[in-house]
Amino acid sequence: MNIIKLIIDDKPVVVEQGTTILEAAKSIGIKIPSLCYMKMDDLNFENKPGGCRVCVIEVEGRRNLAPACKTECTEGMVVKTHTVRVINARRTVVELILSDHPAECLTCAKSGECELQELAQNLGIREIHYTGEQSHYKGDQSPAIIREMDKCIMCRRCETICNEVQTVGVLSAVNRGFESVVAPAFEMDLDHSVCTYCGQCVAVCPTGALTERDYTWKVIEALVDPQKTVVVQTAPAVRAALGEAFGMEPGTLVTGKMVSALKKLGFDYVFDTDFAADLTIMEEGTEFLDRLTRYLDGDKSVKLPILTSCCPAWVKFFEHQFPEMIDIPSTAKSPQQMFGAIAKSYFAKKLNKKREDLVVVSVMPCLAKKYECTREEFAINGDADVNVSITTRELARLIRNANIDFASLDDEDFDQPLGESTGAGVIFGTTGGVIEAAVRTAYELHTGKHLEKVEFEELRGMEGLRKATVDFDGMKLNIGIAHGLGNARKLLEDVRAGKSEFHAIEIMACPGGCIGGGGQPYHHGNVDILKKRQKAIYREDAGKAIRKSHENPFIQELYSEFLGRPLSDLSHELLHTHYFNRKKLSEIE
Amino acid sequence: MAKVKIPVNKVQELRVICKKFNNDPGELINVLHEAQNLLGYLPAEVQEIVAEELNVSVAHVYGVVTFYSFFSMLPKGKHPISICMGTACYVRGAEKVLEEFKRRLDIKVGETTPDGKFSLSCLRCVGACGLAPVITIGERVYGRVSPEDVKKILDEY
Repeated sequence: MNIIKLIIDDKPVVVEQGTTILEAAKSIGIKIPSLCYMKMDDLNFENKPGGCRVCVIEVEGRRNLAPACKTECTEGMVVKTHTVRVINARRTVVELILSDHPAECLTCAKSGECELQELAQNLGIREIHYTGEQSHYKGDQSPAIIREMDKCIMCRRCETICNEVQTVGVLSAVNRGFESVVAPAFEMDLDHSVCTYCGQCVAVCPTGALTERDYTWKVIEALVDPQKTVVVQTAPAVRAALGEAFGMEPGTLVTGKMVSALKKLGFDYVFDTDFAADLTIMEEGTEFLDRLTRYLDGDKSVKLPILTSCCPAWVKFFEHQFPEMIDIPSTAKSPQQMFGAIAKSYFAKKLNKKREDLVVVSVMPCLAKKYECTREEFAINGDADVNVSITTRELARLIRNANIDFASLDDEDFDQPLGESTGAGVIFGTTGGVIEAAVRTAYELHTGKHLEKVEFEELRGMEGLRKATVDFDGMKLNIGIAHGLGNARKLLEDVRAGKSEFHAIEIMACPGGCIGGGGQPYHHGNVDILKKRQKAIYREDAGKAIRKSHENPFIQELYSEFLGRPLSDLSHELLHTHYFNRKKLSEIE
Repeated sequence: MAKVKIPVNKVQELRVICKKFNNDPGELINVLHEAQNLLGYLPAEVQEIVAEELNVSVAHVYGVVTFYSFFSMLPKGKHPISICMGTACYVRGAEKVLEEFKRRLDIKVGETTPDGKFSLSCLRCVGACGLAPVITIGERVYGRVSPEDVKKILDEY
């Protein structure tokens, strides 16, 4: 590797060949402002179209200013990042962007988190010297994502993540010049596309062009309705990130404060999706063992690998992209939907109420969950099992709206019976967690032996594709793990080609798993935040008294009082589902 | 989106075109060129077939189709008229020529006459700047066109 020496703002820097000026400057604490650029190494995401020109710098001996994000360092280079010429150019660039941007900051959903707003503030722009035509595009409201392309600055991050990381291919730049816009094919709305609602486009959008559909008001309406018993469930990844919305260090666990805040908000019962995650393990784990045993007995009708089915974006992805393989994933519903089904049957019965009298709200790190709970198969006579799904960000908004000082809240415990969970339920929030939870239970159920060490380090990590072999008392089980739909696609293509060596595969649509979900506080491209959330999840697991789903006493009670056993008729009715061959584009219309 | 049913034999020909270019995503523009030659335009269904054959997203194909003014998603007339709006033609009065075509045909740029005879589009330079202003009708090139010539030219068809 060639080493290159250069000088940036009078400071000597030594970098490897191929390093850009932007990265070299960052390594010595000089933060050159940028806008379209975003790089997340561990997630194979790099967006540097060099289009916005905000990161321009002056290179001695070079006539024109150079974009720092695309210009590689060369030996002896002398770079200045804040000369008068540079600052003037940068201001002009930002003013030009602002001249075609709605000045709606006061009411914009992204206000305070918007990178364009921050840039304009940092540059001290108080006046826009350019007036001209403004772009006007039709709005697009899907159940999960809102597109307001008037606010788009054509950074193309959404297009990059949708195509290169997720390989969903919904978004592309279309038209040219002033008319250009990032849009689905034929400029149709997202809900007429193969969009999975993973929400990663929202997670990387620098402005308010892509945001979540906000349902906080629906929650408030339910809470003030005296006829309704309002039950809330919180997904595992929420507690590892909610604190960030209140200025806490990433990776701070706020489980107790979150429960306390939800009680203050007026929810009648504060329950945990982790309980339903434990239930998922009972059903999915049993289904896996059943399939595995029959497979090993030579039953040719059984297909392996089994694929996890907790992630609604992943489910919609394979329904569109691999419709011929819809019999491979586990039929187990996701924890969100299992919770809804149990809350509106078992729990409603305990309360002596009709299912319609209950409103089930879910707090999710996810945008696809908003879509999932609207799927027709998850409703009875039009009454959805989960009525409203809000994101971590929306919960933070609700808490602020209710004048709750989050940081000063005391810890409180979830309510019973649907609030008790094990460490296995908690780790559903990170890549590798669902399969580790399943292995903990499947091992004991299959071998009849006690599992001494519940941590399966070989299943953990942040690599996009991982594989591990787990020893089930002499039987070697090959496990595959993918996060990010592009990685999932690779595993699926192997399965389709008959080349897959795996018995079971865990898939989560979002990079990092649910901790990196599209509904989480914005990470602004900082992957360390995801890693800290992941550590927090494993910390929560380690601190749990019970760490295997089948040992959850309330799960045991649910089976003995109500469901009978895993895969019973009632379990099938309430906790399992089926998948659809989703149509292709021209058939959708 | 208006639904168009492409004849089965045309679909097959389209797949043959893709195969001719080894279903290579890098040949997308060439494939679209031939597809438009085959059908006269590129309706949504055609773009979906091309996307499927070349294993690229439909959004990407649509992005390319909308980027280049040569590609059209609307059926062209029997005699497609293109007015060059390149710099040389423009300064020599192409806009007035365009206005005259619009007036006489009573259509806007990108539209086709109700009888399907003529369609009108603009393009940027056909490489005959010495003859500016230039128009093309089908494969035929007309040079040094003035608004007064428009009626005579149309009467040829």
